[in-house]
Amino acid sequence: MALKRTLDVALGTTTLDEQGRPRTVPLGIQGSGATALEDAPELGGEHMLLNIGPQHPATHGVLRLVVELDGEAVVRVVPHVGYLHSGFEKLGEYRHYNQIIPLTDRMDYLAPMANNVCLAMAVEKLMGLEITERCKVLRVIACEISRIISHLVWLGTTGIDIGAFTPFLWMFQEREKFYNLQEAWTGARLTTSMTRIGGLMADIPDGFEDDLRTILRSLLKVMAEVDRALTRNGIWAGRMQGIGALTGEEAINMSLSGAMLRASGVDYDVRKDRPYLDYETYDFEVPIGEHGDVYDRYLVRFEETLQAIRIFEQALDRLPDGPINVDDHRAILPPKHAAMTSMESMIHHFKQVMEGVQVPAGEAYFSIESPKGELGYYFVSDGTAKPVRWRVRPPTFINLSALPKMSEGHLLSDLIAINASVDIVMGEVDR
Amino acid sequence: MNPSAETLQRQFGSAIRRVTESCDRTIVYVDGDRIREILAWLKDDPGEAYNYLVDITAVEYREAGLPIEVVYELFSLGRKVPLRVKVTLPKDQPLEVDSVVPLWAGADWLEREVYDMFGITFRGHPDLRRILMWETYAEGFPLRKDFPLRGRFSRSEQVRQALNAHPEAHYSLGELGIAESYHELPEDMRERLRRGERGQIAAPKGER
Repeated sequence: MALKRTLDVALGTTTLDEQGRPRTVPLGIQGSGATALEDAPELGGEHMLLNIGPQHPATHGVLRLVVELDGEAVVRVVPHVGYLHSGFEKLGEYRHYNQIIPLTDRMDYLAPMANNVCLAMAVEKLMGLEITERCKVLRVIACEISRIISHLVWLGTTGIDIGAFTPFLWMFQEREKFYNLQEAWTGARLTTSMTRIGGLMADIPDGFEDDLRTILRSLLKVMAEVDRALTRNGIWAGRMQGIGALTGEEAINMSLSGAMLRASGVDYDVRKDRPYLDYETYDFEVPIGEHGDVYDRYLVRFEETLQAIRIFEQALDRLPDGPINVDDHRAILPPKHAAMTSMESMIHHFKQVMEGVQVPAGEAYFSIESPKGELGYYFVSDGTAKPVRWRVRPPTFINLSALPKMSEGHLLSDLIAINASVDIVMGEVDR
Repeated sequence: MNPSAETLQRQFGSAIRRVTESCDRTIVYVDGDRIREILAWLKDDPGEAYNYLVDITAVEYREAGLPIEVVYELFSLGRKVPLRVKVTLPKDQPLEVDSVVPLWAGADWLEREVYDMFGITFRGHPDLRRILMWETYAEGFPLRKDFPLRGRFSRSEQVRQALNAHPEAHYSLGELGIAESYHELPEDMRERLRRGERGQIAAPKGER
């Protein structure tokens, strides 16, 4: 689905000329009579070095940007990451597969359930496990809750970066409702750890479906309000349109994924192109931008939120009864009464607890469309209960690497808008 | 089995070492010296069109004798087909492979991360520096199997190094060269930067 802009603001933004000096731009809307100062004094030409972060609210975490400035124009950006590096990939090599799940929460902590689902599915692919129908639908709901939470936070914080404070409050109010749901389901608001290899930690609680439907109705109302306040707002569009634009070719060349790639007009969504969890049976659209700028990324994420609501409605309608866990003693603990009464179940229980899930030798790469882009987990197993290698393909790490290319030539304030549009979460960038 | 594997064997002959399959994904082991040529062909050949580089990573096995593998995860956006290409690097030889940044700009940070974590050098990479660990990190390469989980240095040694680091060494020499503030630094600080306290970076041009 290609998104059509209803508004195009023609505000000139500063660019660099052939000599690398910023072009002077007249203030005001073009054609209103304002003229550039033809004989503006030559201001030295000495470049300034500005350090932003690692402790700065506009860097969305502990990102540090060293910026070379010519006046107010950005000449060069050198991002420094790693301040939140926790060595998760190394830690994973010393843990059983189920013990890795809590580590995944802490990577993209704005979308923990999507990370949990991806890990479980990667290991299930390696083991050749087929999960139950109810589990599939519940995992879809989990992924889409993550998508909505992540996009809400993105919209709120981006609004603040650009100077709109109110959407932040609306968004966080809505997010709280989803966090309440998440808490009722998993017992945690942030670190959910809700999947297990072969199933889920728990089924949804009573009343979950009705609560979710109620929240979706209020979310739709709030999104309509945001749409009214922002989408055709001249300041909002002026700060975003034509800023940080990438062509589709450039975006592919930089391995971008998620909204960053789709805003540039590339139709790539893992849910459609390599369907998992029966996403091919859901009726939803993948929004595609055409300009690849910050504004199109906003439109794409906005539309994705609305599409997630559609997916929710279909998932709730089709949610089947039945078990949430596979009936396979290799992966799932036997029920308590069986472990206490049958010798065989007791042995399975003991081996599961003491030795962990045994995964056959081999390797598997599994990726999902996380809210930030293509999130992939790559496991190499040598047949023991602990992986030889656990690699995370972090979407925001790769998306962030395009920041210098996108922001050079723009103004310093545009750099903040461009950085916001990448939708980084440093827990995942640094891992 | 992905038909690209067979095409590759026809096209490159002995440069394709072997082809295996794991979890329905075809894995092609190729000659390390020709990796850039092979990936360029896979990217540009209209019949293959693996135009999207998903990931670059490396794997070291627990058995000490097995070589380290560099893994390239490719995807064709047009044909919707994935392919995994691997290069093996024996541990008794220098861990070096050609960079693919000329093919995909997205390989830049991915290769830096592999270098940072495994110590594999990518020949021709424009800016091969550590990325997740800091530039003066001296304990080695964290994801190697001989690297202990708790790190090489004791906690007290790590604290000692942190306390001894110059608190003003925020910028690399290259960055300081931009603002020409390098020359305003005190002599001892300049000396420490030149010795590589912030890593090995070329001396600033136009020394006054």
